[in-house]
Amino acid sequence: MLKALVKLTLPALLLTSAGLQANQAGSTLETVKEKGFLSCGVNTGLPGFSSPDDKGKWSGMDVDFCRGLAAGVLGDANKVKYIPLTAKERFTALQSGEIDVLSRNTTWTLTRDASLGLNFAGVSYYDGQGFMVSKDLGVTSAKQLDGAAVCIQSGTTSELNLADYFRTNGMKYQPVVFDTSDGTAKGFDSGRCDVLTSDQSQLYALRLRLSNPGKAVVLPEVISKEPLGPLVRQGDDQWFNIVKWSLSVMINAEELGVTSANADKMRSSANPSIKRLLGVDGPKGKGMGLNDDWSYQVIKQVGNYSEVFETNVGEGSPLKIERGLNALWSQGGILYAPPVR
Amino acid sequence: MLLRLWRDSAWRAVLFQVLLISLVLLFGGWIVDNTLTNLENRGISTGFDFLSQSAGFGIIQSLIEYNESLSFGHTFVVGLLNTLLVSALGIVFATLLGFGMGVARLSSNWLLAKVAAVYVEVFRNIPLLLQIFFWYFAVLSVLPSPRQSLSLFDIFFLNIRGVFLPEPVFDAGGMIAVWAFVVAAVLTVGLVLLNKRQRKNTGRPLPFLKATGALLLIGLPVVTFWLANGSLHWDVPHLKGFGFKGGIELLPELLALWFALTVYTAAFIAEVVRSGIESVSKGQKEAAAALGLRPGRVMNLVVIPQAMRVIIPPLTNQYLNLIKNSSLATAIGYPDLVSVFAGTTLNQTGQAIEVIAMTMAVYLTISLTVSMLMNMYNRWVALVER
Repeated sequence: MLKALVKLTLPALLLTSAGLQANQAGSTLETVKEKGFLSCGVNTGLPGFSSPDDKGKWSGMDVDFCRGLAAGVLGDANKVKYIPLTAKERFTALQSGEIDVLSRNTTWTLTRDASLGLNFAGVSYYDGQGFMVSKDLGVTSAKQLDGAAVCIQSGTTSELNLADYFRTNGMKYQPVVFDTSDGTAKGFDSGRCDVLTSDQSQLYALRLRLSNPGKAVVLPEVISKEPLGPLVRQGDDQWFNIVKWSLSVMINAEELGVTSANADKMRSSANPSIKRLLGVDGPKGKGMGLNDDWSYQVIKQVGNYSEVFETNVGEGSPLKIERGLNALWSQGGILYAPPVR
Repeated sequence: MLLRLWRDSAWRAVLFQVLLISLVLLFGGWIVDNTLTNLENRGISTGFDFLSQSAGFGIIQSLIEYNESLSFGHTFVVGLLNTLLVSALGIVFATLLGFGMGVARLSSNWLLAKVAAVYVEVFRNIPLLLQIFFWYFAVLSVLPSPRQSLSLFDIFFLNIRGVFLPEPVFDAGGMIAVWAFVVAAVLTVGLVLLNKRQRKNTGRPLPFLKATGALLLIGLPVVTFWLANGSLHWDVPHLKGFGFKGGIELLPELLALWFALTVYTAAFIAEVVRSGIESVSKGQKEAAAALGLRPGRVMNLVVIPQAMRVIIPPLTNQYLNLIKNSSLATAIGYPDLVSVFAGTTLNQTGQAIEVIAMTMAVYLTISLTVSMLMNMYNRWVALVER
């Protein structure tokens, strides 16, 4: 009886455990197509990059990137589910498969590439860390900030850069940490800290949130390189390619002068580069498991890089950030995408 | 043979227990193995090597020497000590306030009893997280900037950056006096215990106990201070640069958390104390009063000692709750274990499983330790049959 029991249960147990072993993550592309929408991890609220309006509609550069991805993969830019994440939550959400792509002003670093099991698919915004102070303090340089209380978002590269900067300059500081960038702005506004530090783009966005934006100034120092871009999980090269090339297509489109407005007309252009870009000719989407017109959908429904930049953070927005480093390589910036060929 | 064993109910019981335990172990093993395999497949690094890597981020409050170049292991200790600090402060003050409120609620003074009742009902029925936010944002929005600090005699300061107190600084001779005080305290405790035994054995207390104790506690440090030619000066906080320098600084995050934990837990402790006191039968009080004891002594000598037996076990629960609730610190950025270690460190290293496991182990250890100590205390005050 005992033997029989063991005979029966043990193999069954082994079988189930073998069967349940390491449930291989399936193809992300297939999962996305199956559920019919893209799960996109975004910031909880950062004007210009990702923030919901009073009707719950999301907008911003990071949001537009996800819309472009959805347009390419599903043919509809609106088939995106936005999942707001704090800096602390973001990587776990991607690792665990809760989201398909993380498009949340995240800095590309070696640690994040090498030990988190994640891959950066490119750079969508070249940023650098800066400081914002109250005008009353009369501070003109970050070198005068010895002993200041600094509001900062926890779990960011800013936290590390800040420590490095103050240490190399032999200064002391008090880190006052908050979970969200909104929290840092509130802390700064209430006077809990003298300085707010973050990526420069965020500083301009957060300044708009202050009760009196005119009272705060952004100091000239930029203390770090912050290349921000979308991330995916490691181990799914097809999905990695799709995300990487969705971004490249938007940048290439700007370079070739293709916009959402003229995309239809451009399909009949004689320029071979434009033909390849819009999938009329050339490699199209087959190698990545996408439709032939995937890149056309990205541009038609969302626009090229310049359109996305200008409407969200540039001239067409309250932030009025200049292109600077984020201009095309041919126009004095460092934005450069591999060719569609 | 097997069949005989099977029919033996004792053996059968053993068999089923062995089966159940191996099932549980197999399941646990499967979970661990599966996790490791999945992490490996996804290219996420595992292990505890990260503890020796340098942390690279600053922490606003640390009870030990800490700077950015120290390791993630240090951040663990810093977070742990900050958790212990706020828990200890919370427990001491919640106990005092709770006992006060519990006794007040039973007071024959109508106003006092009602105030205590309102206090208990209000604070135990509002979620703790909201109370923490309330105290934090109340502090932040009401208090002035460092330059317009509220001050008391120009040595205590209160502003949006927290409370600043003067710090006593002793030289070598002064330190001897501090140690002398510690020795005096130990001697006094010994004296009290001796007195207790004396009273138990002979029914009479030691003569001049209070005077001797006071003389020891005050006299010994003063005499050594004078003999060692010690000196003491106060490091008074002063405005410099962006804020105050010198003295002892209590962060607004610490104050808000401490306040909220104290007020919230004290409401529960007050109820525990009230129920404990009410569990002592009325006859005891009447008998004590009939013997001519004054109300204060009735409370101290008759009611409280008996009530303690009822109070201790639920009081332990409240202490454990307070310690665990201190993890809400992360909501307002007080650098406790959850905020520093399970928050920032986790995020910088990405090693969620190791970090969370360590954090859980810490809370488990603290809680079990407190529980053990309280059980020891409980045995001590428990009714001893003679």
